[in-house]
Amino acid sequence: MLDITPTEWTAILLSLRVAVIATLVATPFGIALAWLLARREFWGKSVVDAVVHLPLVLPPVVTGYLLLLTLGRRGLVGAWLADHLGIVFAFRWTGAALACGVMSFPLLVRPIRLSIEAVDRRLEQAASTLGAAPWRVFTTVTLPLALPGILAGMVLGFAKAIGEFGATITFVSNIPGETQTISSAIYALISTPAGDAAAMRLVLISITIAFAALIGAEWFARRATQRLHGN
Amino acid sequence: MLRVDVRKQLGEFSLEAAFQSEGRVTGLFGASGAGKTSLVNMIAGLLTPDRGTIALDGEVLDDTAKRIHVPPYRRRIGYVFQDARLFPHLDVRQNLDYGRRMNALAADPAQHKRVTDLLDIGPLLDRRPGKLSGGERQRVALGRALLSKPRLLLMDEPLGSLDEGRKVEILPYLIRLRDEGIPMVYVSHDAAELRQLATQIVMLRDGRVTSFGGVKVLS
Repeated sequence: MLDITPTEWTAILLSLRVAVIATLVATPFGIALAWLLARREFWGKSVVDAVVHLPLVLPPVVTGYLLLLTLGRRGLVGAWLADHLGIVFAFRWTGAALACGVMSFPLLVRPIRLSIEAVDRRLEQAASTLGAAPWRVFTTVTLPLALPGILAGMVLGFAKAIGEFGATITFVSNIPGETQTISSAIYALISTPAGDAAAMRLVLISITIAFAALIGAEWFARRATQRLHGN
Repeated sequence: MLRVDVRKQLGEFSLEAAFQSEGRVTGLFGASGAGKTSLVNMIAGLLTPDRGTIALDGEVLDDTAKRIHVPPYRRRIGYVFQDARLFPHLDVRQNLDYGRRMNALAADPAQHKRVTDLLDIGPLLDRRPGKLSGGERQRVALGRALLSKPRLLLMDEPLGSLDEGRKVEILPYLIRLRDEGIPMVYVSHDAAELRQLATQIVMLRDGRVTSFGGVKVLS
């Protein structure tokens, strides 16, 4: 039944690549931002918090269009990047990864922020009296203790990234082999007269990937939690 | 020698304390809410005084007039908290080794053995803090602070979270520790405990030092 065509394979592999890259690149930024939001008071914090959550509430098309306006070839930042650094996002798979990264960012940041907030600050104080400079307190105490939340955030982010559709198709279109992910392939197939069977195959594959990610996340989270609770 | 002359406003509570201690074990005595913990937190550098100075062995750690505040991780002052605060993600061995690693000190197996023997924590080395009793946890916390080779050891009610039986279990270790000669500031609201351990007493009430002197001031 699962007689997957090369075009479909391309879409599947591209989806995985886009989602993995989006998650991996977004995670360090997500951790840094989560830490700032959890542990620092600064002017404009609520604005930063709102901006981070914006992709969650805006219609994805709006986010995609904003990306196109800023990072498209003729966009303010996009033109500069293309002229000076030769970096182009528009209509490239890297643009798809960027769109997915932006869309999944709020889901990535939230669990990390909650888990950093939950780290007992008294343990961090204890570390500093033992001679740990602030960044070492972060790497040896805060980060390991926040690990379950970081993994949860990464999985949620990955799940969002792999299913992202609206912003991606708006920003980088639906080019087979370059920007056509599973979602946009399904979209293209169901608007084609004989595309139902192929669409169904991709739907099943989507479900499989989603299940695998959720089960994997559960397993990682349980292991990490066990490790932390000293058993 | 420890010299403290600080003021700190904490909400409604004002702390104003000055003392100078040459004693090996300075006992900070007072009821709960007298400001003992705030005072040790200032000595540790976890809390910054609003005004005043703190100096240890001639080195200025805090001087608000000169805008000096040495952060806790550069003070080399060990701190044993009432609630042990062992790192739950590390086993006992790694907890003990933490201070040495952070201070980039060379491994000192002889010292390590001496401390683990002194506190009888050898058999616990491979366990996680979650699997230790309250008394064991407190002993490991003592060992961890000692092994970071501090110039001064702060102890904030180290027996406070233990029941009577456990207190009796830990007290001899504290006496051994005192006889090792490392200077300590020992916080307690228990006069009997301080009579056994302290060589000098600073009495605190409502954020003020009410008396200072030998153990006699407790009676």
